[in-house]
Amino acid sequence: MIEFYMAPLVGVFFTVAVYLILSRAVIQMLLGITILGNGVNLLIFTLGRITREVPPIVPPGLKQPLQDIANPLPQALILTAIVIGFALFTFLLILGYRAYQELDADDTNKMRVAEPSGPGKPPLSY
Amino acid sequence: MAYDNAAKAEVELPVAMLDTPTSVADWSIIFPVVIALMAGALLAMVRHSRGSQFGFSLISVMAIIAIEAELFYRVLVTGPVAMTMGNWLPPFGISFVADVLSVGFALASAVVTLLVLIYFRAEIVPRETRHGFYPLVMLLLAGVTGAFMTGDLFNLYVWFEVMLIASFGLLIIGGKKIQLDGAVKYGFLNFLATTFFLAGLGYLYGLLGTLNMADIALVAPAAEPAAMTAIAALFFLAFAMKAAAFPVNAWLPASYHTPDAAVSALFGGLLTKVGAYALLRVLIVLLPEQRDIFDPLITAIAIATLITAPLGAIAQTNLRRALGFLVIGGIGAILAGIAVPSVRGLAGGAFYAFHAILTMSAFYLVAGLVERVTQETDTRRMGGVYAYNSLISILFLVLVFAAAGLPPFLGFWPKLLLTEAALQDSDWWLAAAILINSILTTIAGTRLWAHIFWRNGREGKKSEIRNDRLRPLSGLENGYALGATLALVLLVVVIGLRPNLVFDSTRAAAGDLLQVENYIGAVGLESSSAGEQTTGVAR
Amino acid sequence: MKTIIFRTIAPALTAIMIVFSIFVLLRGHNEPGGGFIGGLIAASAIAIYGVAVGVSEVRKALKVDPISMAGFGVFIAAFAGLLSLGQSLPFLTGLWGYIPFGETEITVSTPMLFDIGVYFAVVGTIGAVALALEEDEDGN
Repeated sequence: MIEFYMAPLVGVFFTVAVYLILSRAVIQMLLGITILGNGVNLLIFTLGRITREVPPIVPPGLKQPLQDIANPLPQALILTAIVIGFALFTFLLILGYRAYQELDADDTNKMRVAEPSGPGKPPLSY
Repeated sequence: MAYDNAAKAEVELPVAMLDTPTSVADWSIIFPVVIALMAGALLAMVRHSRGSQFGFSLISVMAIIAIEAELFYRVLVTGPVAMTMGNWLPPFGISFVADVLSVGFALASAVVTLLVLIYFRAEIVPRETRHGFYPLVMLLLAGVTGAFMTGDLFNLYVWFEVMLIASFGLLIIGGKKIQLDGAVKYGFLNFLATTFFLAGLGYLYGLLGTLNMADIALVAPAAEPAAMTAIAALFFLAFAMKAAAFPVNAWLPASYHTPDAAVSALFGGLLTKVGAYALLRVLIVLLPEQRDIFDPLITAIAIATLITAPLGAIAQTNLRRALGFLVIGGIGAILAGIAVPSVRGLAGGAFYAFHAILTMSAFYLVAGLVERVTQETDTRRMGGVYAYNSLISILFLVLVFAAAGLPPFLGFWPKLLLTEAALQDSDWWLAAAILINSILTTIAGTRLWAHIFWRNGREGKKSEIRNDRLRPLSGLENGYALGATLALVLLVVVIGLRPNLVFDSTRAAAGDLLQVENYIGAVGLESSSAGEQTTGVAR
Repeated sequence: MKTIIFRTIAPALTAIMIVFSIFVLLRGHNEPGGGFIGGLIAASAIAIYGVAVGVSEVRKALKVDPISMAGFGVFIAAFAGLLSLGQSLPFLTGLWGYIPFGETEITVSTPMLFDIGVYFAVVGTIGAVALALEEDEDGN
């Protein structure tokens, strides 16, 4: 029945994440993305059926476990997702820091180098 | 638990391992990815040694092209082939599947990568950062090829992330302010898209208990339709974001023009097409019933993308940003193929994706040359290049026609297929949008051409005053950059004039997409019994 | 962070952590542990050493560029998958060999080789990130 409590928890993660991502500050967006990633990991974990079973380890000398085991696949999926999410998080963290240093802006509205705010008129001739 | 140990040990184990040997020929399914990955790793190891990087990466990509060409010919004759990793049987191990669609896209991507590698020789980049380029390109190629070839949905997510990490690195090579700005937007929105994809995967696994694509195609029809629709909606959002379809395309024009032209070309050719490929694979092969539910939505998005994108290109003054909008327009055409899932429509969509890989990369390469000659990025300050370097202007014009879909260039044939399919399906609006897209793209492209090449000087100057800020291409640029661009444009022209092979193969690819049994059979699953066997895994 | 206590204890701590990371790596063969967690421990050791003595010292001590180490790891991991080619088995199939060693025997396998590759990839990548974050403007 733990799923019953996990579902609202995932919902809370998503809510917080959406709120933070909608912010204009890069660092808050970063936190939001990370929380979203963790919410998704929790989601996969919950959807993979949480059971009160033993770890999925086959005892020595046997070819299959003695009793019902927890499903190892969601855990493998989450581990992969955590690793990848962590790598992307570190990258975005450094990127955000560098952008803050170079562009002197933590506010995405002020990051207008790639997309100038007043691009002027399109070419007039032809 | 009252289990009898001895009895349990004698229990007949379910068949999970493969017992037939794998022939070396089957390895060519996995070799392109492995070669790209290993070459990238080796290049990262020796990234400070100069000289060998270029040659080594060139040889690796050539080997990949050779293997993929052989594989392409094989799947064209025999139909899809598959290999499941680690000696496991299909739903348990991760499968790699080669069919005409995946190998064809992978082959086109590898060819583009080869030419971009040659083109990059002429880029002026500080030496320290320059050597980060080759390992990252190989990693990007590994990610793209893996995403095309994989037959496992979670593995697709992993390749997406490999691609994303490599593209992050490529995007900020050089570390200019504009690149950091673009990378922030690119990074956040793409990461968000893959997170949505991951959420969809979680739901799918919870519902079906499998992530193998062939297995999903088998068991999806029996699953709860409402839940499957929600999952398909998540996938659609995620892949549309990766492909830069209309309402979620903001990241593309914000970032694609910021790195070096060679990197732009690689991105414009390869990255969005992987999103489009994932849409084709998931909506047509895995969840066709959900696609039917979304049909009006897909049609509307295709129409909106087809029409808004070239309008954006018309309004832009930055050359490569304008091209970014043309890339988005191409995604609209691919979506149009998904909106009309007949053999003709899908063949048109696949053909268009193939065409866009080649043409859009070539377009960015030419844009890089233009920026070199004029030393500007803004079209308002360009002008007079036609009199100065007429070869570039011819290449540009050819690509404008190819992108717009004027006969006899490459873009014409897929648009012909798509329009025919839309008319057959009585999708009048879609057919009209495809034609309007052609007109608007022609207007956008020829306007760019007129501003950069045709008029004598920059904007606001009197017409008899010549643009004196043009500079000749150096020998290096003429040899590598212009040579590679010329080769790619020639490829576009030649395939445009002799499209028969592409016609046949895209029709075969569309057939494979619609005949799901071929795909499932190639992976090695049987229609009825395998379904029961695999749904038990998570329950 | 260059207090005398921390600077004195950091080398010892780093050494212990590196040894422990190798222990965790090899233990991961059949028990909890493995290349990823081992690599993280080793990368933390590098980060701690960097905080204590400065990034340029760490780079000198490492001898190899962390990114090269990561490349080596990926190469080894992919190579481990390729070894099954000679046995007519699919990519990444685990191959096992047993070498008798006195009373016991040592198990050599491609999954272990793969795990060592993961270890190096993680040490290299996370180490490079940690050093880049610790590095200030003039590279110390």
